[in-house]
Amino acid sequence: MSRETLSQTLSMEHGRLVALLGRWAGGDLGLAEDALQQASLAALEQWREPPDKPAAWLLRCARNKLVDQLRRQGKQVQLGPELAALAGPNDLVGGEIPDERLRLICTCCHPALSQSAQVALTLKTVAGMDIQELSRAFLVEPTTIQQRLVRAKRKIRDAGIPYQVPGPEALPERLSAVLKVLYLIFSEGWAATSGTQLVRTSLCEQALSLALVLRSLLPEEGKVHALLALMLLQDARRATRQDPAGRPVLLSEQDRGQWDRQRIVAGMLSLQEALRLEPIGPYGLQAAIAGVHARAQRSEDTDWGQILALYEQLYVQQPDAVVAMNRAAALYQVQGPRAGLSALVVLETELGSSHVYWSAKAAMLKEQGATDAAAQCLREALERVGNRPERLWLEEQLAGLTQS
Amino acid sequence: MQYMLMLYENEATAYQPGTPEFAKMMEEFETFTKSIVESGAFKGGDGLQGTETATSVRVREGKTQLTDGPFAETREALGGYYLIQAANLDEATAIAARIPIAKTGTVEVRPVMIYE
Repeated sequence: MSRETLSQTLSMEHGRLVALLGRWAGGDLGLAEDALQQASLAALEQWREPPDKPAAWLLRCARNKLVDQLRRQGKQVQLGPELAALAGPNDLVGGEIPDERLRLICTCCHPALSQSAQVALTLKTVAGMDIQELSRAFLVEPTTIQQRLVRAKRKIRDAGIPYQVPGPEALPERLSAVLKVLYLIFSEGWAATSGTQLVRTSLCEQALSLALVLRSLLPEEGKVHALLALMLLQDARRATRQDPAGRPVLLSEQDRGQWDRQRIVAGMLSLQEALRLEPIGPYGLQAAIAGVHARAQRSEDTDWGQILALYEQLYVQQPDAVVAMNRAAALYQVQGPRAGLSALVVLETELGSSHVYWSAKAAMLKEQGATDAAAQCLREALERVGNRPERLWLEEQLAGLTQS
Repeated sequence: MQYMLMLYENEATAYQPGTPEFAKMMEEFETFTKSIVESGAFKGGDGLQGTETATSVRVREGKTQLTDGPFAETREALGGYYLIQAANLDEATAIAARIPIAKTGTVEVRPVMIYE
């Protein structure tokens, strides 16, 4: 019972606890995490019955451990007045305890850290994922993850990366780094680049809940609402993206009745809020595209004209090859295989190393009746695909082509 | 904290003394240096002569070996440095971004080691 309360409390409150401890530790996240770790061990030993306010208990205990540690290092200890509030009627949420998670998130996503370090650090400290979970999620050895985290925390401390929310002039730039990290986490969960699973649910869930946290911290930032909308609208299709054997199912063949209506509605509302706050940007446009798919009752009802227009607009804001490839796919739907194909093949130098390019090209060639060329493209895709379910799917497509 | 700002530039394409571009850059350097001296951030700084004047020193098995040239033959070479006082990395990188060389070369920011 106590153990359960502890793990529940940590999964809900890890970010808040580390964020506050981090401030008291002068931004030294290593010290903050060690203190919370020690407090968790103490809780396992001491809780016969879980306390009324387990998060407050952990915070008080971790604070004492932190103070001991700082004194041992001969450092000045400056604690805020927040501790007094712990005696109040609330646990952490809704009490007088300030929410310092924005500081923590901004520090974890500081551009002086490598992107892989930003991702790992955010998931570890803000979302409370442990080394084993991170290792499973990214298919990287636990020791590698551990080293990445240690190096990042050391750089924060030694290079003097400030533990603060940047001022209004620097916030937009930092916010876009934060959003990029969240979307990277979501995308890696959504379309795993390697391994045996197509979708890694834990990463999608973590990215969504981090985006919800960010929305509560920055309710006036349109980009946050837009990213949340994008994640919700994409995630609404999660259950139908693979068949029971784990193979991918194309958007056009998914069982739309199984799409998560609640997520769709929540996503649409988020998108509306984003549009109310600021002009539409790349996240908003991608959310709007996901929204057009979500609105179509049947695949053949999809308003491809609108999707094409949205991709055109997206390409203006974000002129990269992946957007161009999606635009080519929309063009294929609106104007036919010839137009789609000619917009696609010009991207070969940039995208030829990705299996997605070859599989898209194969689909267009097949539609035109160029079976041999399509089969050749599928072979190219198979040489480049990283995860197992997609490989199996490509093999089936190839077998289907060569038989007929 | 103290930070060392190391100014790297491509010597082959660097502005040559006597050209209007060089004069303009020196003027910008003067303005920049003056501003950080006034703000109190400036602790020291110099420009270096080119890598053709560099000598690398190694002591191996008790013997001093000298070689002509810089430690690393790279496209961008260390051309000068500033030592500054800043509250944190954000402040230090903001100062680094104002150095004229940042527009054409690279400024590497490194915290100075504190021995306790």
